[in-house]
Amino acid sequence: MDATLSGNADPALVSARKPTGRVSDPVFVGILWGSGIFVLILLGLIIAMLFEGGLPALQEFGISFLWNTTWNPVTEVFGAGVMVFGTIFSAVIAVVIALPLSFGIAFFLTEIAPGVLRRPIGVAIQLLAAIPSIIYGMWGFFVIVPLMAAYVQPPLIEWLGPLPVIGALFQGPPLGAGMLTAGLIMAIMILPFITAMFVEVLESVPPMIKESAYGVGATTYEVYRNVSVPYGRTAMVGAVMLGLGRALGETMAVTFVIGNATRMSASLFAPGSTIASTIANEFPEAAPGSLKLESLLELGFILFVISFIVLALSRLLVRSRLKG
Amino acid sequence: MSSLARRRATDYTVKAISTAFAALALLLLAWILWTLVIRGLPALGPHVFTRMTLPPGAGGGLLNAIVGSLIQIGIALVVGTPIGLMCGTFLAEQGRNTQVGNAVRFVNDVLLSAPSILIGLFVYQILVMPFGGFSGWAGAVALAIIVIPVVVRTTEDMLNLVPIGLREAAFALGAPQWKVVTFITWRAARAGIVTGILLAVARAAGETAPLLFTSLGNNSWSLDMNSPMASLPIAIYQYAASPFEDWVALAWAGALIITVGVLTLNILSRLVLAKMK
Repeated sequence: MDATLSGNADPALVSARKPTGRVSDPVFVGILWGSGIFVLILLGLIIAMLFEGGLPALQEFGISFLWNTTWNPVTEVFGAGVMVFGTIFSAVIAVVIALPLSFGIAFFLTEIAPGVLRRPIGVAIQLLAAIPSIIYGMWGFFVIVPLMAAYVQPPLIEWLGPLPVIGALFQGPPLGAGMLTAGLIMAIMILPFITAMFVEVLESVPPMIKESAYGVGATTYEVYRNVSVPYGRTAMVGAVMLGLGRALGETMAVTFVIGNATRMSASLFAPGSTIASTIANEFPEAAPGSLKLESLLELGFILFVISFIVLALSRLLVRSRLKG
Repeated sequence: MSSLARRRATDYTVKAISTAFAALALLLLAWILWTLVIRGLPALGPHVFTRMTLPPGAGGGLLNAIVGSLIQIGIALVVGTPIGLMCGTFLAEQGRNTQVGNAVRFVNDVLLSAPSILIGLFVYQILVMPFGGFSGWAGAVALAIIVIPVVVRTTEDMLNLVPIGLREAAFALGAPQWKVVTFITWRAARAGIVTGILLAVARAAGETAPLLFTSLGNNSWSLDMNSPMASLPIAIYQYAASPFEDWVALAWAGALIITVGVLTLNILSRLVLAKMK
């Protein structure tokens, strides 16, 4: 622990030279350590409380709670299947939409944009991440949902619906609200996170490697595709995972635009629900101590486990690359 | 077409698409802001800031929601900032390259991106259920848990920018560690640390999900921290989903207020950060 700030100084010497800090220093260092440990305990407590709160539901319905697709408050039979599916489905849609955009924008910001414009444009795109989730929800609900219902979904259903296999994704009435709309809104929300990390990774590519590729005649795009991106691949996968993790837990925006149906459907247009939207919607109606409340807490625990795994993976990938 | 011409064509195409994507992102930002201005500005008047939330048609405002938000954010800052500041200092001064430091850094990153609705559930379990009701305190604590990781992250980053030599110079003069940290390191990184707090305010101001089951919202004037308390995001949530036109208009006005506030804080802090780096 003495690898702190006094560098290589002999600890005995250092303490001998600190007459005024003999009492106050241990107290101060104690406070620092205490707050560090506090954050550790905080996360531990969150996990423990969610686990404990949901335990009765798990005991009642068994492990099949995880994939059971019934969610019936009347008969008091609950299962997380529909919500787990909806959470992952909508988050994957978001990543699928955001990924190509992020690749393009990162390319633009690192290679194409003139130096003066880079920062302002980068900051403007970052502002998309600052807009609160509920604003996205309102904008999605009042602006995007009607547009989807009127102009986007009907032609897609008409053209792609009859196709074999992928046609299943484009079935059902054009309601506007649904999985695709939720994914679309979340894509805009996670785009700045993924782009920012892409840019950071791409800027860390040693210029020498890029220049040698330019030297043998590669075009800007070829250098981007064959040198820069492969160089930062691991961290970029981590960046995508971070986006996925954010999308999995998104609540307010999704609650507005996903349609909140507790049915499962493979269609992109079908209304559905995610774990977070179900909790937001149904918690106010759940009486304290009821099986429903416990099931919602168990849902929360499941969401925590899923996002924890994704976020932890993301961080491992990003760090491993940045360390070298 | 020769191979070179084809490669050039690909290069131009990809560049054009990438530029279009960047333009699209900017356009989306402009679209969202435009929507807020178009729908929020007409509904914005003095009554929004001077009247309580009232039943539909009664010409209510958002005063209690705005005040409730300010109170809860204020308490969240008072609780969260010292913990975040100390923890960030721990990571930068004590926890570099140590096991505990790495663990804390990892846990903080998880907290930073963890679904905020789960923080609401957690606070519901520790403060709402045992004490028999929704309260302003519970909302403030939930927001404090949002504030902490933001402050930790920026504090650590900013302290890492302070040159080691500066600390060594202070140590060489015989200053105890607490003095080095408070009078030298913190002071050198002051602007950056304040920026982190501003960012935390911006983050907490827009959070809705953690307040749903903690402070719940309140349609009448209440400064009692032990009872349910109104907040701007919750009021927007309730009003936006309502069938009444004047409530929806009020929700847009609230959305405009929050967004302008949050974006201003963000731009301000980015300006400060750009100066520091």
